[in-house]
Amino acid sequence: MHLLWLIPLLPAIGAALNGLAGIRAFGRRTAGAVATAAILAAFAVSVFAYVDLLGRPVDGRLHEVTLGTWIPQLPLRLASGELGSFAATWGLRLDALSALMLLVVTGIGSVIHVYATGYMAGEPRGGYARFFAYLNLFCAFMVLLVLGSNFLVMFAGWEGVGLASYLLIGFHYEKTSAADAGKKAFLTNRVGDWGFLLGILLVSVTFGTVDFREVASMVAALPSGVHVGAISAICVCLFIGATGKSAQLPLHVWLPDSMEGPTPVSALIHAATMVTAGVYMVARNAALFSHAPEVMAVISVVGIATAFVAASIALVQPDIKRVLAYSTVSQFGYMFTALGLGGFASAVFHLMTHAFFKALLFLSSGSVIHATGGEQDMRRMGGLRKYLPITYVTMLVGTLAIAGVPPLSGFFSKDGILTRAFFGNRAIWLVALVTALLTAFYMYRLVALTFLGEDRSGADPDDPLRHVPRESPAVMTIPLQVLSVGSIVAGFVGVPAALFGSSAIARFLAPVFPATGLGGGGHGSTPGPSTAVELGLMALSVAVAVAGLLLAWRLIEVQPGAAERMARRWPRVHALLLGRYFVDELYAATVIRGTVASARGLWRLDTGLVDGLVNGSGKLTLITAWFSGLTDRTVVDRLVNLAGAMIREAGLAARRLQSGLVQNYALLMLFGVFAFVTLSLFV
Amino acid sequence: MVSITHYLVLSAVLFMIGVAGVLTRRNAIVILMSIELMLNAVNINLMAFSMRWGHATGQVFTLFVIALAAAEAAVGLGVILALYRNRDTVNVDDMDILKS
Repeated sequence: MHLLWLIPLLPAIGAALNGLAGIRAFGRRTAGAVATAAILAAFAVSVFAYVDLLGRPVDGRLHEVTLGTWIPQLPLRLASGELGSFAATWGLRLDALSALMLLVVTGIGSVIHVYATGYMAGEPRGGYARFFAYLNLFCAFMVLLVLGSNFLVMFAGWEGVGLASYLLIGFHYEKTSAADAGKKAFLTNRVGDWGFLLGILLVSVTFGTVDFREVASMVAALPSGVHVGAISAICVCLFIGATGKSAQLPLHVWLPDSMEGPTPVSALIHAATMVTAGVYMVARNAALFSHAPEVMAVISVVGIATAFVAASIALVQPDIKRVLAYSTVSQFGYMFTALGLGGFASAVFHLMTHAFFKALLFLSSGSVIHATGGEQDMRRMGGLRKYLPITYVTMLVGTLAIAGVPPLSGFFSKDGILTRAFFGNRAIWLVALVTALLTAFYMYRLVALTFLGEDRSGADPDDPLRHVPRESPAVMTIPLQVLSVGSIVAGFVGVPAALFGSSAIARFLAPVFPATGLGGGGHGSTPGPSTAVELGLMALSVAVAVAGLLLAWRLIEVQPGAAERMARRWPRVHALLLGRYFVDELYAATVIRGTVASARGLWRLDTGLVDGLVNGSGKLTLITAWFSGLTDRTVVDRLVNLAGAMIREAGLAARRLQSGLVQNYALLMLFGVFAFVTLSLFV
Repeated sequence: MVSITHYLVLSAVLFMIGVAGVLTRRNAIVILMSIELMLNAVNINLMAFSMRWGHATGQVFTLFVIALAAAEAAVGLGVILALYRNRDTVNVDDMDILKS
């Protein structure tokens, strides 16, 4: 597959075309067509690459392309004291993991591009082209991140994705909240990027290389289970990077705010691309993480805590997109739980199915927002089912998929994670089960508040001028239907053996992940659990999902007002959830205020001490100059004048003798004669 | 008895009168006359020593001095006359043109 380099290049070309020429010259139709064609072409090449990879034997499913040298060979003193060397290439790597990610990124990216051509139709022409330039740029960097064969290339994509997300979230930069959200996303990501960069530096001094394959083979040579401090440090740093991109606690704050971006952006960033980068990075370095069991434990705990916290926040949020945002955070918490428990394939499987149903949910919510003229508050929706029949169905499909109702995709992937949690850690499993209940609950709440019940928009139904919601155009609904199909069928690649499936995805990904006890292929390949236990667990998770849906149905449909009564009964809990655990407020009070205060302190130091020093030295110069002038005027000038004056006075005195009178001269001659005579006579 | 000392004293007195006249008088003609006095005081001196030593050199010198004095008086009076014609005065105090 020598055309691998085309995959990141095509969207980059699209971005360049739209960004350099399109903003001024392209019409809406051209700009949208260029961007969509670019990403579709990248998707086509990805499919080609995938098919090519499938045609090879399982052991040979690795293809690396080196496009050129990035950093030429440099000597480097390794941590072990040996003198190694360091080099980095622009290398691309295609294996089972990156091929799968490529399909997800470019495939769902393409669908979102098509959808966006309809969704953004209200933008002015230049903004439209700018939007698609950013969208293409984002995809290009994401593909680079996925394809990179070493840490540095991945980091280049990683940073590029951060940049593009900043541009996209702050797309409506004239709106203060959007500009702030962009900044927040960027800065929060910087914290994670700092950890990732530290991890890369540690990798380079520990192993003397940043190439994934070389690092993995060096780690594999180490005895399993041996505690190696450097590897733990590397894994901690890398995980910090992953928490930033994948919005895990405590760096999850940027994701809900990034809902300020246009809805296709939300779908792209939070379903298929940016947030998946953290999971992908950890999975890519499965060999490293398998040798750091304590870091794995931390990852699983952070993951499950994130999953639960985010799901609980999603229960009460009134904004339709924010519910989905917290749902995303929660689902990525699931994935990190799986990663932490060694279920790399389960995590990637859930990542894939999640990409489908979350993109579907976001785009459906975008369709709702589009139809209602920009309304995002679910308290002012309701009864939209009759106006938006297609969107209603697609949203329902997404809801059932994320809730884990069989046979939709979410069921299989989530069940994989739950099974792994059950055999890994019962406490985590229990929290994961509760989170699954919450997931089903808030998703049904979203659907019920939006589509069912009565119209709460407050508009007078008899007013002929009122805004009547209308189903979105085909360019938006067709992508929804495509994603619906994907959400339904995507799970079938991972049907476990207990349900007479073959866990195809686990077997496909198996060569990528280390075959240790901790990091086995997927849930299906783990030999331990019996079929009966697995079936029981599945029944339980289905029961939990249905219970969540029923509970929500009961609270919202059957007993209207029950939710309000509960909120009144536990006002503190309600306030805590509605206030999102006040993490933003905590950061505002500590980090932001600390930064502002220290900046102000430094400013004071600057104006006080530094400026004082500068001004003081200026003043000192003035004073010495004044003294210098004074001595010049008083001492030097006076000495010079004195010399002149002495000569002048002597001249004046001698001038008297020169009277011009001959008699005087004669007298003086006489005196002279007397003097000489006296001298000659008496001396 | 008139000794050489008397001659010398007379000569000295005459010379001093001449000097005083040159230094103190303002009239150029009087100054010229005072110079003649001094010259003649010198003549007396020369004659006195000529007599004393019985030698003729002093007398010859005296003759030269008399001739010189006549010439000097003639030139000096000519100068004074020219000055008077130019400046309408013979007062030496007014004749400080060397100074400016």
